[in-house]
Amino acid sequence: MGVEKDIKKEVLKDDFPGQVIPGGNGGNIVVGVLDKIINWGRSNSLWPLYFGTSCCAIEMMQTGAARHDWSRFGFEVARPTPRQADVIVIAGTITNKMAPALRKLYDQMAEPKYVVAMGACAISGGPFYYNSYSVVRGADHVIPVDVYVPGCPPRPESLLDAMIKLQKKIRSTKNSERKNPIDGFDEGK
Amino acid sequence: MTTTDVNTNLKTQEYLINMGPQHPAAHGVLRLILTVDGEIIHKVDPDLGYIHRSIEKMCERDTYKQIVHLTDRLDYLSSHINNEAVCLAVENALGIEVPDRVKYIRTIMAELTRLASHQLWWGVMGMDIGALTAFMYAFRDREMINDIMEETVGARLTMNYNIPGGLMFDIHPGFQKKVKDFIKHFRKALPEYNTLLSDNIIFKKRLQGIGYISKEDAIAYGVSGPSARGSGISCDVRKIHPYSAYDKVEFNEILIEGGDSYDRYMVRMKEMEESMNIIDQLIDNIPEGDFQVKTPALIKLPKGEYYQKVETARGELGVFIISDGKKSPYRFKFRSPGFSNLSILDKISRGHKIADLVAIMSSLDFVIPDIDR
Amino acid sequence: MTRTELQSFLTSKVEGLEFGEETTQYLTVTVPREKLRDFMFLLKDTEELAFDYMFSLTAVDWFPKYLGVVYHLESTKYRHILVVHVNTGNREDDISVDTVSDIYPTAHFHEREAYDLMGIVFEGHSDLRRLFLTDDWVGHPLRKDYVDEANMIVK
Repeated sequence: MGVEKDIKKEVLKDDFPGQVIPGGNGGNIVVGVLDKIINWGRSNSLWPLYFGTSCCAIEMMQTGAARHDWSRFGFEVARPTPRQADVIVIAGTITNKMAPALRKLYDQMAEPKYVVAMGACAISGGPFYYNSYSVVRGADHVIPVDVYVPGCPPRPESLLDAMIKLQKKIRSTKNSERKNPIDGFDEGK
Repeated sequence: MTTTDVNTNLKTQEYLINMGPQHPAAHGVLRLILTVDGEIIHKVDPDLGYIHRSIEKMCERDTYKQIVHLTDRLDYLSSHINNEAVCLAVENALGIEVPDRVKYIRTIMAELTRLASHQLWWGVMGMDIGALTAFMYAFRDREMINDIMEETVGARLTMNYNIPGGLMFDIHPGFQKKVKDFIKHFRKALPEYNTLLSDNIIFKKRLQGIGYISKEDAIAYGVSGPSARGSGISCDVRKIHPYSAYDKVEFNEILIEGGDSYDRYMVRMKEMEESMNIIDQLIDNIPEGDFQVKTPALIKLPKGEYYQKVETARGELGVFIISDGKKSPYRFKFRSPGFSNLSILDKISRGHKIADLVAIMSSLDFVIPDIDR
Repeated sequence: MTRTELQSFLTSKVEGLEFGEETTQYLTVTVPREKLRDFMFLLKDTEELAFDYMFSLTAVDWFPKYLGVVYHLESTKYRHILVVHVNTGNREDDISVDTVSDIYPTAHFHEREAYDLMGIVFEGHSDLRRLFLTDDWVGHPLRKDYVDEANMIVK
């Protein structure tokens, strides 16, 4: 987006070292401010999907409970249905049988959607990397992941940190250039 | 048409409903294929394997010391007790007698784990029935146990504290004081739990008369743990085949004859008190001594078959090792309590409504990785 | 009953039993395949034995000879424990064992697990399907000669 206008080339010398960003008629300022407002809204009301497959789910529950209380950052509205959720926290191992279900859940979520891979299993298969015939070595084989949280299981503080990092990521997005992360994912782009 | 006409002459037909693998009340990724007529359940067909991680196959390639950490991930709410099962099996096979100090610490830790597990079960059960407050209360107290674990073990959930021959390291100097503080706190908190849920009329109506397990069925289907003791069957491994320091303490096996969901609930609530009693008896009497017996770096079990039963928070966990004398077991089997408890779900939920199925599942206290392994 | 009493009692009732060595943890007995169901009925229904609680059913691959099933039985009345072994004919085509799921309902699930992961066919089982793995899975992963180059990264 942004208003495209020919830059007055004659004003610039040919050896000007930098890049000139088109000023336009002030549209960029509007878009920039809009970006900020939209991102502020998005980042502060991330609704996670209940998606716990194994041990990490307990630490995710701890994060939501009294002591760690992720509602301080706007994550408390955990939805059981993907259609109302913004972010999947993949808390646990993904097996070959579960992978299609995970992909289906992801596809059912409305854009924009984000993914946090919580714990070693969701990152790489973790303790089940070797000798296991049924574990997917990392959830990013199935869906695109935004933030990885190491640990087995990660502490609640780590998950909070990851969610705050996700907020930062959202705040730094330019909505004009955003693309759906699933586009081209299956082709390996 | 009159109401009677509707009830007798209206033609209805069965249809299938898929519950899970992504379902908030399934406690993980259990998938149930329900055959229902209206809202009445006619058949429950569990479809497992959504978290089947091939732990038994992995055990066949690992050494005995490596296997221990995998058992954390089986029933992660009883991780310490799972570790203990493998370690006891290996110790018994090798004929190692661990020092009393190890036995006492193991027992205290196991009871703390049981308390933490029951707390979580209680909170989540409230949530399943529709009372979110219980969740907050339970997790407030659970954090205290997690702190104790973290100080001594270094981990909050998957502890990996036992090794064949003893413990990974000695207890933290502040362990005893912290445990005592926790018990003091929890003795006051447990009546709160009862006021919140146990005596709540709505909660009672949701559970009483739902999911009845008869004594004969419970034995025939291999139900164990609090779920079986709610039907009045004495099946506590801690009493029947005592291990660690359970023969040195006095505690009651909670038996309630009723057999419905509320009785299973009450068994767990009373078990928490018994766990506290066990800890009380042991915490001041931890004997001095080593926390470990020297074992060879590469343990090789003699050829043969070894079975070890322990009582986890969910019931009887069995570890069955077939050894061919090499560094890894020939076959390693976990008899998980949840797997057998699940097999009765079809029988007891027939004729109930879908909402009752959630209550029944909560009262049986499933942990899905424990079922799928 | 004590271990020796149990052994002499069973020997007097059934022929063709093979008892394991005396050093084993529990009394272990190997039953011929065709006598399995009669033997299980005997264990459950005899007043003095009353083995009513099957707490474990394990499928074992005795590579390269045959597959086997190990039943762990306990009496909730007398608290004695017996381990019953039964073996199939070979590992390739003669891999069936009679079901005990009507005698011990808990075996219903355990047998499905054994069929799924080890490929033992239980004759007479009412609903023998795969339990953990998907229906299109090829092979039985707990067998010793199972290879899966796509999924198993072998250490």
